[in-house]
Amino acid sequence: MPAPLRAVLAEDQALLRVGLTRILESGGISVVEAVDDAPSLARALTRDDIDIAVVDVRLPPTHTTEGLEAATAVRATRLAFPVLVLSQWVEPLYARDLLAGGEGAIGYLLKDRVADVDGFLAAVHQVAGGGTVLDPEVVAALVSARSRPLDRLTDREREVLTLMAEGRSNAAVAARLVVTEKAVGKHINNIFTKLDLPQAADDNRRVLAVLAWLDGR
Amino acid sequence: MDATVTVDALAERLRLTLLSAGYAASFVPSLLLAILTLLCLPLGLAGVGFVLALAVVPATAALTAAHRRVSGRLLGEGIAASYAPDRGVALVRPAYWLRDPARWRDFGFLCFSATGGFVLSVLPPLLLTTPVSWLILAFTAGDWAWVLLLVFSGPLLLAWWVTVEPLASARARAERAILGHDRVAELEERVGQVEESRAETLDHSAAEVRRIERDLHDGAQARIASVGMSVGLAEKLLQTDPEAAAALLREARETTMDALDDLRSVVRGIHPPVLADRGLAGAIEALAVAVPVPVAVSVAVPRLPAPVESAAYFALAECLANTVKHAAATRAWVSGTYDGGRLRLVAGDDGRGGADSGGSGLAGVARRLAAFDGMLAVDSPAGGPTTVRMEVSCLPL
Repeated sequence: MPAPLRAVLAEDQALLRVGLTRILESGGISVVEAVDDAPSLARALTRDDIDIAVVDVRLPPTHTTEGLEAATAVRATRLAFPVLVLSQWVEPLYARDLLAGGEGAIGYLLKDRVADVDGFLAAVHQVAGGGTVLDPEVVAALVSARSRPLDRLTDREREVLTLMAEGRSNAAVAARLVVTEKAVGKHINNIFTKLDLPQAADDNRRVLAVLAWLDGR
Repeated sequence: MDATVTVDALAERLRLTLLSAGYAASFVPSLLLAILTLLCLPLGLAGVGFVLALAVVPATAALTAAHRRVSGRLLGEGIAASYAPDRGVALVRPAYWLRDPARWRDFGFLCFSATGGFVLSVLPPLLLTTPVSWLILAFTAGDWAWVLLLVFSGPLLLAWWVTVEPLASARARAERAILGHDRVAELEERVGQVEESRAETLDHSAAEVRRIERDLHDGAQARIASVGMSVGLAEKLLQTDPEAAAALLREARETTMDALDDLRSVVRGIHPPVLADRGLAGAIEALAVAVPVPVAVSVAVPRLPAPVESAAYFALAECLANTVKHAAATRAWVSGTYDGGRLRLVAGDDGRGGADSGGSGLAGVARRLAAFDGMLAVDSPAGGPTTVRMEVSCLPL
């Protein structure tokens, strides 16, 4: 049994701050500090007893993209510090900013996803473990933007690609599509070959490769 | 024209004669200034003209200002000057004056005042004074020829009686034509106002859209997200802690109600449903019902274009909100009329007064009405009562 995760939470709406705290605590993640604006978040992110930050994109004072900026700022000083960004809507452009470093341990989800408590908690653990989690909405936007080259993939391969881009591990993709993990591995190899992507051993590196490709860079 | 001889009519004609004498006396400074103005042009090349112009042009402006005032009063309307604003240091100003049509109109006035205008205005005092001077001469000189000329004084006095009014008003009208705002300047000013109000309207709409976006984001959207969280957590706890799950579900249900409330208020802020259903008159009734002080409503207006109805509704809502918040009033009233081209609304209360049209709320309303070529006037002496008059131009549906 590993030590429970310790999280900083930044959310300006009191209602959601309470809800998120409850949900995180219910999953055994202790919220060591819950803040409601950008300056307090910057202060909280300097603590060294935290494993992950869960932040809302919009925070006071200006209600624009404070959370996003705090996330990129903290990762500039603390390399690959896990940050899970939550928002009322997702913007592929913001996803690109978050992924730009390419070191993983990043998540970007719609607040709606939190209602799927177990899925959300799994995402928190995945990000804390260095993985990448992207909202299906973002992935859908990226996939539709790159629709043409994807014609080379079979329907099943496209399903696997989409699930993988959301940051799911091979095991999770297998469970979702009700196939064996071995079959998933085969699909992934085909995808990587068809899209000219460098093969990678671990899940997260694969995910990042796929995302970089979808993002057209 | 009323030609009966009464004391009033006589006094009026004597007044106009004096006025005409004044107009005629303006001949001297006008001629002088006209000559000096003409001198400024060749001398301007030598530089001296600039200095001369600095004295002559303001003197001309002072003279024409006096004429504008007098003629304006005679015609019962103000005659506005329309000089271009002065720019730069004093010495270069004459260069700008050269390009200002209003200054050239001043010069035109000088020429008129020293010629045709003088003839117009010198007639009434002449017609009146000639017979009088003949009379004095007849008695002092005793020459019989003067007595004979006395015969002509009757017709002269009659002519004076008849012409003094038309001549004075002709002079005043001529001055209005020369010195008044010309049509182009008026249209330019109008275009300026329209541009300004359009810019303000666009700013206002953008601010409204931002406000709506914020309201949705901070209100309904956040509450619904929180409902999702509560329900999700309840689902997770259903087996292990049914009581906590039930509490969460109850909370979620209440939050749903709040979210719907939020949505309703946002919708009301965009376009009140009652306005769509009932038009302005009905919507104002509905507003009045919600106000804690009694409001007497007499609004008799037909259905008008939706944007106008909406602007008028929010304007009145603002006024009534001010009444409730600041006025400490015991009663309020709202009236509205429409004459086929202009909607007139009045909102008032018997509260403490001191309302400020420059305050953010009413200023916002004024901006919103300006988009419809409308206006807002606040009369709110300390101690009350407060009356806010609003007008909006619109065609009937």
